Amino acid sequence: MNLLIIAISAALVNNVVLSQFLGLCPFLGVSKKINTAAGMGGAVIGVITISSAICSLIYDFILTPLDLTYLNTIVFILVIATLVQFVEMLLKKTSPALYEALGVYLPLITTNCAVLGIALTNVQNSYNFIESVVSGLGTAIGFAIAIIIMAGIRERIEYNDVPESFKGMPIVLLTAGLMSIAFFGFSGIL
Amino acid sequence: MNKCVERLYNGIIKENPTLVLTLGMCPTLAVTTSAINGIGMGLSSTVVLVLSNLVISLLRNVIPDGVRMPSFIVIVASFVTMVQFLMQGFLPSLYDSLGIYIPLIVVNCIILGRAESYASKNPALPSAFDGLGMGLGFTIAITVLGACRELIGGGTILSTGSSALVDLTEFGYTPASIFILAPGAFFMLAMLVAIMNRVKRRKGMKPAQVPDYLAGDTDELGHKLGSLDKEEA
Repeated sequence: MNLLIIAISAALVNNVVLSQFLGLCPFLGVSKKINTAAGMGGAVIGVITISSAICSLIYDFILTPLDLTYLNTIVFILVIATLVQFVEMLLKKTSPALYEALGVYLPLITTNCAVLGIALTNVQNSYNFIESVVSGLGTAIGFAIAIIIMAGIRERIEYNDVPESFKGMPIVLLTAGLMSIAFFGFSGIL
Repeated sequence: MNKCVERLYNGIIKENPTLVLTLGMCPTLAVTTSAINGIGMGLSSTVVLVLSNLVISLLRNVIPDGVRMPSFIVIVASFVTMVQFLMQGFLPSLYDSLGIYIPLIVVNCIILGRAESYASKNPALPSAFDGLGMGLGFTIAITVLGACRELIGGGTILSTGSSALVDLTEFGYTPASIFILAPGAFFMLAMLVAIMNRVKRRKGMKPAQVPDYLAGDTDELGHKLGSLDKEEA
């Protein structure tokens, strides 16, 4: 039950993009088409889940016993960067089809602040291993939902008559603001 | 010295990281609930930018090309950890209100972007000034954003609890608190960028674009991507 609450809270109530503002760069940069947005969402789900698992293990079994917890930012970012490269190489060798679909997005994810953000939040909330994985997965699903909805809306906006000054960035930000209001509705769930 | 002044102008006005390049959106939106948060975030990012640009520029001939990005990340992360400790020690209240966004300065695109596109190719002094210019441009933009949100959403500017620089609530203004909440961040930034676009259109300049990662833009992120691709080859 506790795990379910963590998952729903991470995916919908505290949506990573719309209420915590993490991972905004890919959210704005890769949301032009629904299929690329879905690809990005899929890659993020994989990377965040694995990285929150590994970061949690490293924190519990290496950093805490050695009293090095203050190094967590440096260690986590290196682990994430290495992990992303590793996943990319692994996909290339084992599943060329999946690599074809997600390969372009993987390098982008290293600089996705959601990945590091979740690893640090898990530590801050002192989640155990299982809780960290669930919260990572929930967060990543929340990201995928948000970016896919955003891409759907942006495909429609293409055909609308937007005031000259609002073209480009401003209209996308306004859309995100309206989505953020909509996601406030979920806070009643818990 | 002329070059240094040019870097400052470039960072603050011509290529303002927030309003023109639209980089580093996460801290821009997340911490700007008040002007003081904006100043705190902006200045700590500026410190990290100047120091990391300086060190990266000094080490630019030592760092092998293949492990460039990981080395930059370690340098930036070390400075961020230092800033984090200093802030925790000397400015605990600001540290609490900025929270997780301080360690996240590491993944701020502006910092890695400048390291990659400027500091790794230029001498130390201009690189440090480039960092200073970019940092100040960022600070000014997010302080303005924070001040606007605080004014509309809370009715005050630079409020310290008991007194404030400007206090509209004394004149019977009812704060629209949604501007302090998450959606307000998006709305306010949309307005600021739209105003910038209008000003620029009048002057016949190109308006701010949404960075499109997959189109291979020639901005910082494009460079960064290119280098990441090279790295595994």
